[in-house]
Amino acid sequence: MDSENSACGNPNPNPTLGPSKLMLAFRFLRALSLVHRTTPASSRTCRGRRIERAAYASMAYSAGTGRGWSRAVLRRLHHRARRRAVAPRRLSTTAGNRAEALRQLVPGGAGMDYCTLLEETADYIKCLSMQVELMQGIVDSSSSYGP
Amino acid sequence: MSGRRSRSRQSMSPSITDEQINDLMAKLQAVLPEARLGINHRVSAARVLQETCSYLRSLHREVDDLSERLSELLAMADISGAEAAIIRSLLM
Repeated sequence: MDSENSACGNPNPNPTLGPSKLMLAFRFLRALSLVHRTTPASSRTCRGRRIERAAYASMAYSAGTGRGWSRAVLRRLHHRARRRAVAPRRLSTTAGNRAEALRQLVPGGAGMDYCTLLEETADYIKCLSMQVELMQGIVDSSSSYGP
Repeated sequence: MSGRRSRSRQSMSPSITDEQINDLMAKLQAVLPEARLGINHRVSAARVLQETCSYLRSLHREVDDLSERLSELLAMADISGAEAAIIRSLLM
């Protein structure tokens, strides 16, 4: 069931430039079509989870392997037999220890030094918000094509 | 400086300067939505970290919700029409 991996293709050779919106869109839409074709209509929850994994996969592939967070996401996806979800769920913030909370929210954050963590967070947020915009765009366009 | 109190580093390298931290904080502040911190505001490091965590959680939630909605949409219709519309809008 590696549909997300095969659909996403090769990692970005230029990690410093950041993913272009278009590249992100192509990867994600490709993965989405694959999910659509290969998931039976009955398993809606399964399809939702596959779409979520496709979202993080296309984000990470577009960002390339030059980023700690994208490598961590791809590692997690490849070992997902043991894990339910890619993104960490809501964890409580211990009083005054916000860098710790941040480490748990950013993929690969636990092993990073403070400066790297801040850099990676900024990049991760950029890519994540782009992904959200893309998905929102698809939902909006699809709604106008709806039944 | 307000940033000093709230920094809680796990592994502290002696070569990290306050300037570096401020620089990184500014970059982080730049990617947060304006509504959260205001434009051209001097915000404490603690506040930036707090808003960053809050923003990240909401982004994760959005991906979760949007994935479910996309799942429903896929069930209803083929998305090829939407794909064409999106690609067209991205190219413009």
